[in-house]
Amino acid sequence: MSAQLALLPEYLTAHVQLTLLALLCSAALSLPLGVAVTRVRWLEQPVLGLAGVIQTIPSLALLAVMVPLLASMQLQSIGFLPAFIGLTLYGVLPILRNTVTGIAGVDPALQEAARGVGMTPRQRLWRVELPLALPVIIAGLRTATVWTVGIATLSTPIGATSLGNYIFSGLQTRNYAAVLVGCVASAGLAMVLDGLVRMVEVGLRTRRRRLVGVATTITVGLYVFTAVTLAAPLFSNADRPVMIGAKGFTEQYILASLLDQWVERETGRPTAQRQSLGSTVAFDALAAGDIDIYVDYSGTVWAHLMGRTTVGGDRETVLAEVRAFLADEHDIHVAATLGFENAYAVAVRAIQAEAMGLTRISDLVPLGPTLSMGGDFEFFSRQEWVAIRDTYGLTLSNQRTMDAALMYEAIAEGAVDLISAYTTDGRIVAYDLRVLEDDRGAIPPYDAVVLVSARLARDWPDVLAALGRLEGMIDVESMRSMNLRVDVDGIDPSTVAAAFITTLGDSR
Amino acid sequence: MIELQHLTKRYGDQVAVSDLSLEVTEGELLVLLGGSGCGKTTTLKMINRLIEPSAGSVRVDGEDVSQLDTHELRRRVGYAFQQVGLFPHLTVGENIGITPSLLGWTEDAIRHRVDELLALVELDPETTRDRDPSELSGGQQQRVGVARALAAKPRVMLLDEPFGALDPLTRGRLQDSFIRIRRDLGVTAVFVTHDMVEALRLGDRIAVLDHGRLVQVGTPGTLLREPADDYVRQLLDTPRREARLVDALLSHGPGPDSR
Repeated sequence: MSAQLALLPEYLTAHVQLTLLALLCSAALSLPLGVAVTRVRWLEQPVLGLAGVIQTIPSLALLAVMVPLLASMQLQSIGFLPAFIGLTLYGVLPILRNTVTGIAGVDPALQEAARGVGMTPRQRLWRVELPLALPVIIAGLRTATVWTVGIATLSTPIGATSLGNYIFSGLQTRNYAAVLVGCVASAGLAMVLDGLVRMVEVGLRTRRRRLVGVATTITVGLYVFTAVTLAAPLFSNADRPVMIGAKGFTEQYILASLLDQWVERETGRPTAQRQSLGSTVAFDALAAGDIDIYVDYSGTVWAHLMGRTTVGGDRETVLAEVRAFLADEHDIHVAATLGFENAYAVAVRAIQAEAMGLTRISDLVPLGPTLSMGGDFEFFSRQEWVAIRDTYGLTLSNQRTMDAALMYEAIAEGAVDLISAYTTDGRIVAYDLRVLEDDRGAIPPYDAVVLVSARLARDWPDVLAALGRLEGMIDVESMRSMNLRVDVDGIDPSTVAAAFITTLGDSR
Repeated sequence: MIELQHLTKRYGDQVAVSDLSLEVTEGELLVLLGGSGCGKTTTLKMINRLIEPSAGSVRVDGEDVSQLDTHELRRRVGYAFQQVGLFPHLTVGENIGITPSLLGWTEDAIRHRVDELLALVELDPETTRDRDPSELSGGQQQRVGVARALAAKPRVMLLDEPFGALDPLTRGRLQDSFIRIRRDLGVTAVFVTHDMVEALRLGDRIAVLDHGRLVQVGTPGTLLREPADDYVRQLLDTPRREARLVDALLSHGPGPDSR
């Protein structure tokens, strides 16, 4: 728990930055727009309609769609910017709708009185309509505040640090203390910010200047804090940290920590991590230079980025082709092959394998129509599955997509007969599963490779050299046991990584 | 001071006010009298352009109001609304001081004027100034409404049934106050009412409207002595008819045949 709390200042600061800036921009967009809509009536339907459509997009999808959208505009496509834009759009509707409703709801007799005492349209807006609509507008602002704080936790997969880092990594590594800290902190932040808005509203309504003053001071203080913490890196002379990315599963958390600690120890450079990135987000981020290092697998690049559907050779051949492709097409370099493969595999319970005589994927073909299979979020839409299905002519009774951490529970309970396993996963042993042999070679090799950005290769030769010294240093048993210690024993990934690094000794 | 010439207001096929011409001289109080929907409020609102006329013109102090900025015009003309229309988010004092503040008076001048007006409408400045309008009784709110209309020292006032929603005793007291205020200030005023007694008590002259047309205009005495038609006669006779009814009720006692 204390290890988790040590991360709180970083995650909370990032969360506050995202939330406060997004809310400020939501309000800055929707208040004038709301006023405009009450002035120009024909705007109301299209504007409220559009805001409503944005709101119906699931929040995770809205954030995720910002990544390719910004990338197509040559802008920073992962991290703060896409999260900030997505959250801003999400906060518009409640404020906009309540501004329109609040102003439209002002008693016509008071509207007429405002004209009758000689107010210009602008004076009517500022002196009568907005003050009278204020409670309704503030109710919208409060809704937006609570939503934005909550949805900001979904910024993690698109590379923006937030309290969601606790939740995503905690759920993957079964660290429920982390999940708890993340949830409690984000709920607490929502309550504090909502309370501040409420204080302003009560203070204005009851004309208690001090209450308004206190709430305003705290709010301004939070914005100053946000501005200062956001601006600080721009003015600091310290080197930009070496940014290490991790996709959202256990092995990636361990490897990111391992690379982080290794680079820091070997080069003394400051490092930082972007965790729980979506699979393609990680690659795009590296290509765009938003992260400098992450670990991917040769087969993934082969099947996904190169679009190969057949296996073109052994480990060495695939690796060589992948290396050439990355360098030529994306200016991305392979700093090291770590020495283990983490292949996709089809796993079955050992008891069932013995009872049914299953050792190879070919053995599944006659039984296919009676079997169900669980796959992680990506599996059934990946080239690897297409290759297995087509090569073996395999048809199953049922395919279920589920969280990778839950697949093992599902097969242990017999809810599914097969799962898409990873060969380095410690849970294969822990859950007494059997990996079926890919006897017709449908699945490509999956060598773990450390990918680095062009900039790192050019500007930081010391880091490149340090990463090179990891070549072949992690065998499959080591990786599987590290995964097991996190997934089954509940040890923190960074602790596991640190223990491994001490076994490497001083390589210099 | 106020001239209405051939003033007409149409809403689609409906004619609310038809070819109305009237003149109000300096210092005079003209009552617009008539039943519901006769066009008296519409006429009043066309004077300060809360409603724009379909045809005809309005002159205030010799100036054609259609040539003036609406907000400038309205700041020069005090208006007391039928529903009072006090702003609930402002104090009583802020409500009264609103037009002066729009005109850019200094805070001191506004404060001084607010206290003066509260005293004029017989409310205690000390205890009333900083209260919310909702804390006042209906009669007190009407007094504040009149004070607000007077705030910027207008030479012309428009009053739309300002005492309409009050009980008869309160209404009587407010009428007394208003008569005194007008005597003290000498403003020119147009006063809309459907209450005969109010019209007779307050009006220097009375203009009777029916279905958007001016039926007759004259002093209360003229109207009583020489009503132009049956409608005016019946209207002007209302107080006496009601008094006879009361007398009859008192002498025979209430019974089935007294209805």
